[in-house]
Amino acid sequence: MGTYQYRHYPYVRPPELAGKAAARRPVAIVGAGPVGLAAAIDLAQQGIASVVLDDNDVVSVGSRAICWSKRTLEIFDRLGVARRMVDKGVTWQVGRVYHGDTELYRFNLLPEGGHQMPAFINLQQYYVEEYLVDRVLEFPHLIDLRWKHAVTGVHDSGDGVVVTVETPDGTYPLQADWLIAADGAKSTVRTLLGLPFEGRTFEEKFLIVDVRMDADYPSDRRFWFQPTFDQGQSVLIHRQPDDVFRIDFQLGWDADGEVERQPERAMARVRRVVGPDVHCDYEWCSVYTFRCARLARFVHGRVVFAGDSAHVVSPFGARGGNGGLQDVDNLCWKLARVLRGEAPASLIDSYDRERTHGADENILNSGRTTTFMTPKTAVERQLRDGVLALAPFFPFARMLVNSGRLSRPCHLQGLPGFARDEDQVGGEMRPGAPCDDAPVVDAGGQSGWLLAHLGSRPTALVFVADRRDAGHIAGTAAAAGIADLAVIAITDRRLGDLPLPELVDRDGLVRGRYGGATGVTYLIRPDQHVLGRWRDWDPAVLGAAWRDCLGSGKA
Amino acid sequence: MTHLRRDDGFAGRGDAFYEQLVAAHRGLSEADSGALNARLVLLLANHIGDPTVVVEAIAAARRGLGDAVAGTQEDR
Repeated sequence: MGTYQYRHYPYVRPPELAGKAAARRPVAIVGAGPVGLAAAIDLAQQGIASVVLDDNDVVSVGSRAICWSKRTLEIFDRLGVARRMVDKGVTWQVGRVYHGDTELYRFNLLPEGGHQMPAFINLQQYYVEEYLVDRVLEFPHLIDLRWKHAVTGVHDSGDGVVVTVETPDGTYPLQADWLIAADGAKSTVRTLLGLPFEGRTFEEKFLIVDVRMDADYPSDRRFWFQPTFDQGQSVLIHRQPDDVFRIDFQLGWDADGEVERQPERAMARVRRVVGPDVHCDYEWCSVYTFRCARLARFVHGRVVFAGDSAHVVSPFGARGGNGGLQDVDNLCWKLARVLRGEAPASLIDSYDRERTHGADENILNSGRTTTFMTPKTAVERQLRDGVLALAPFFPFARMLVNSGRLSRPCHLQGLPGFARDEDQVGGEMRPGAPCDDAPVVDAGGQSGWLLAHLGSRPTALVFVADRRDAGHIAGTAAAAGIADLAVIAITDRRLGDLPLPELVDRDGLVRGRYGGATGVTYLIRPDQHVLGRWRDWDPAVLGAAWRDCLGSGKA
Repeated sequence: MTHLRRDDGFAGRGDAFYEQLVAAHRGLSEADSGALNARLVLLLANHIGDPTVVVEAIAAARRGLGDAVAGTQEDR
């Protein structure tokens, strides 16, 4: 079977069932998928212990989520796992869209250079989970990962949560200050709390087939409307590592899923795509339908929903897994600060506000894609086919062709908790924006990347022209009153021997992207989003902005 | 002379326009949808006003339909 060798992670009898006193945990995480594992790592990197409960003992069965966006890779880099994923994954940035046999247009998801991470990699979810598990195991004292531990009850005790956990050796209660429900689209925690999960169901069936084959297909994402080689409405092909290809067929609502998912039948379909001569082996297949839905609120007392348990979207656009990782990025630094007593519990409400905003953006875009891909009435079909017919001749029509608007980092501009942008600083890095990367050289002469120096703690970036400025900044930074503030000097050329960490703007891209005139100061949140920016260094202003941010939950 | 616009006139908001257009048809019979499209064409053509542009649009829209030579006077 398949190119991937699954291994069973060991079930260990929990100490609670061995007669030992059960300690209350700061955080319990339900679900060891990409979201739950990433959350455990992010918390551990900030010194917060967690227990992760998973009802299974293997990584993802089937490739499932395969497209990981630049922003997700930047988050994974902060968690110490991106390099392995990029090395293994198939890097791509161009999407090609066809109508029948005609290529209508191509879109480039990362047309500019000067970023460490590629626009996208394709990597099977089982590899992503395996690499995350390996990283989890580097925190033996902070992460307690428990396989074959199924949650059967959740009770909110006001200042914490009591989880009922079922194991092969029996059932036990587990107490935690907070619970992160990362248990997927069919979330048990959501069901146990009786929360409605409302949204739109799309009446369309799709068949995913993964095949291993010796084909010199490009790494580009290729999408066909009304392909000549399949009777269905659309076909999408992605290349994955190990010479595995994902072929996604739009079957129509009336298709019989039970029949179509038979491997012989699915492979006959694949054969019509790849031709008679290519050797290919069956890996995995699945028939799916989808909904666009979300919880009305992601935070319920001490229970916080993240990933598919909180929101689901159509897969076209890669907004599911990538949305979930942005949830983790947004949540964990807040939870760490609340647990350390540095911020009020209401800070977690800003997670709800910011990530429901992100989920709405994802639902809007993936809903529009689905509307275009699955016309419901004769006139909808006429409109859709009209766009496709005009597309070869009219650029505007090509812009309307919608085979998926791929995941972009979520902007939080205009939401409460960010500083007002009143100083006419140039560049696109407005408060609420996720930070752009750029190449830099550190004080030791090592080439690297700006984003690698940001994250997990509040960071001030200051554009500095000379040693005197740097000395003044270093000498006054304490006045910000931010205990774990990092201050970094960005310089045009190496000054050396600064009392602050120095990053040289090697190619001038930091200056360009951040509007970095001398003195310009950015305050960056621990999730690499701009909190505020000012023309001049003023530690009192930074401190006030940070305290506004921490207290902004109830805004 | 003004020509029919070919580039993106929606300034990147094309997806929202398309969604509104589809939503406008929701709940209508096929005949009523046809009527809606006819009225829309008339309203938008009047808004454009310039007959050369409208004729160019008619020709582009007819391309590949029926067996007539698209957009010429003889089409009537």
